[in-house]
Amino acid sequence: MANTKGGQKKKNAIADFFSMLGKDLKEIGVTFKEGDFKTKISFLIFGFGSLLRGLWLRGLTLLAAECGLLYFIFSFGWSYFSKIGSLGTIATTKQGRKTVYGDNSFLILLFGLLTLFAVIAFIAIWRINVRVNRNEELIIKNGRKLPSNKDDFKSLFDSNFDKTLLALPVAGVFVFTVLPIVFMICVAFTNYDANHQPPSNLFTWVGIENFKNLFSFGTAGFGGTFVTVLIWTLVWAFFATFIDYFLGIAVAMLINKKGIKFKKLWRTILVMTIAVPQFVSLLYVSKLFANDGLINGYLLKWGIIDQAIQFWVNPTLAKITIIVVNIWIGIPYMMLIATGLLMNIPEDLYESARIDGATPWQMFVNITMPYMLFVTGPFLLTQYTGNLNNFNVIFLLTQGQPKTGNLVGGAGRTDLLITWLYKMTINDTNYRMAAVIGIMVFVVTAGISLVVYNLLPSVKDEEGFQ
Amino acid sequence: MANTNTGSMKRKRAVGNFFGYVLLILISLIWLFPYFGLLMASFRSFDASIEYGGVVDYIIPHTFSLDNYKFLFNGQTNYVRWYANTLIISIFVSLFNTCIVLCVSYALSRMRFAGRTFLMRFWLVLGMFPGFLTMICLYFLLKQMGLTQAGAIPGLILVSVASSGMGYYVCKGYFDTIPKALDEAARIDGASRARVFFQMIIPMAKPIIIYTALVAFMGPWCDYVFASYIAFGHDASYNVAVAMQRWMVVGDYQGYFTRFCAGGIVVAVPVTILFMFLQKYYVEGVTGGAVKG
Repeated sequence: MANTKGGQKKKNAIADFFSMLGKDLKEIGVTFKEGDFKTKISFLIFGFGSLLRGLWLRGLTLLAAECGLLYFIFSFGWSYFSKIGSLGTIATTKQGRKTVYGDNSFLILLFGLLTLFAVIAFIAIWRINVRVNRNEELIIKNGRKLPSNKDDFKSLFDSNFDKTLLALPVAGVFVFTVLPIVFMICVAFTNYDANHQPPSNLFTWVGIENFKNLFSFGTAGFGGTFVTVLIWTLVWAFFATFIDYFLGIAVAMLINKKGIKFKKLWRTILVMTIAVPQFVSLLYVSKLFANDGLINGYLLKWGIIDQAIQFWVNPTLAKITIIVVNIWIGIPYMMLIATGLLMNIPEDLYESARIDGATPWQMFVNITMPYMLFVTGPFLLTQYTGNLNNFNVIFLLTQGQPKTGNLVGGAGRTDLLITWLYKMTINDTNYRMAAVIGIMVFVVTAGISLVVYNLLPSVKDEEGFQ
Repeated sequence: MANTNTGSMKRKRAVGNFFGYVLLILISLIWLFPYFGLLMASFRSFDASIEYGGVVDYIIPHTFSLDNYKFLFNGQTNYVRWYANTLIISIFVSLFNTCIVLCVSYALSRMRFAGRTFLMRFWLVLGMFPGFLTMICLYFLLKQMGLTQAGAIPGLILVSVASSGMGYYVCKGYFDTIPKALDEAARIDGASRARVFFQMIIPMAKPIIIYTALVAFMGPWCDYVFASYIAFGHDASYNVAVAMQRWMVVGDYQGYFTRFCAGGIVVAVPVTILFMFLQKYYVEGVTGGAVKG
């Protein structure tokens, strides 16, 4: 039932897309047919119509965009883009003592993609250019007055203020987030690794070989390691999120309790863990638990143990220690959030429960927790996905150690997917598998978010607790 | 009868409070212990004739000395330079990030334009890719612009600022709570969107501006991964996190531990004091952000 509904939705979306495309094409055709010579020339020379109609501000902007993009594509981008099918064929050779550099696969892929985006931008601006001409003609046809250059300029701070505000942020995200992500997704389909490093070596497309490698469970395959690391990642995120959550609420309730004084002092002490940069506090704590560290030192001195506890050496113990240390990190944060929320619970709910003779525990289970879970549902979800990618805690505490020979790709026993990805990038320069792991992290995060988000009571039923 | 009842309740409460205090004191001790240890270790000399500068099994140093602090500032290492680097990055990132987040939040909260929901969904999906995935690509992008190694400081600022637009959630959530009727009244009086933004919304958004700036300021102090990659091998471009992590991991066996502790104290104290002063705004931002999800 749900499936067919989804299918229909998809079909509708596709149909919508094509009908929109059809409408667009028709409008472009009509613009050309009904347009005067200024409009027709504008199809080739952007902004020509606007310029001749006296609107030089938008005309020049369009023209400049066209010239700039064309210049970029033909003088710079094309030489890279034309080789994107093979990622370069001319190998770097050594002639005598001189190195003659051939193609650089890395730059071919990077600038090839950039050129591709430039072509898409070119088409989009062409479309805007056509629409601008169409609008101008319609205004003239209807006998209205065209906006002046001054109006155009002013609109950037009024009706078009969103474009002014968003231009820089969107461009920044595009260059430094979108382009690199698309690039790395492409790398997942190449053999870019330690043996294929530009500029001395070429790399090329290998199809889905890397993904096959990830799911191959032979001795050299990544399958076994991937499953092990993935399970630990999920388990870690589960404990890190929920233990901190419940303990954080408990501490907040303790501080909020009637009759407890110096509330601000207690909170401030806890909040210090947020304020002190983690690389200071976590690195110190990691030494605290070391074999020759303070904790073992005192336990030995007091004669409680006669051998150092292997906090970071024993895999199971290391995992437990990480989760415990993370409580130290997580409680203050959760306590802050819970403090605010607990005060929002209507006091009369407790009042009437007390009259009915409810014990504090019953009130906690039946009033406090349902309210908190309802309100913080989406927050818990973001906490969980955040913990899946919690690089700092793992890296600063154990760097993924203890090491083991049973896992491939340099993974240690406490490595999360994200720290494993980091190690593969830095230590092994195995970019092809790092890219694949990165995509898997995305799949896991997005999958969990999507499923859980739709199950959340506060999303299903927004009015539920009001 | 009624009297004894309230009496027993009072006693019960007193007992409850007693255990509450015991628990709170215990918690405080656990939470403060690492800082106490850090502070104590920072006063232990690394001079072999006095004491050992590595990890030891006692907490109070046998003799207090300022050797570690002297070491930081006597020019033997680039510590002052690293500190300045981090401070510069933090200040610029904090400044630019706040501006960008404000712009994005206003546009998304107040204006309705084609592609608005698409943009928000697209950025949400982008945010689910792990940040380190793109590290090598960013490195080579920056290298093309000459912003690695010696130019790592502007490079780090650029990368951090460029993608800051995606972190608009808390700020937009705050803007959403400012009634739209205010905007509309101003617009009827002839104010442009830009004027509404600069003269009405921004003055009202003081708490969220402080929150955004504070969070952005604290970020670079912990930035280890990316900073170490971009500045690779160029000592003068390190930030404190990169440089001191190396003391801890590489110099561990030469007794660099106490020097790390002293350096950590010098980093932590100003940042913590700043944070404590602006704590109110931080709590407001975090709580607001959590409820809206």
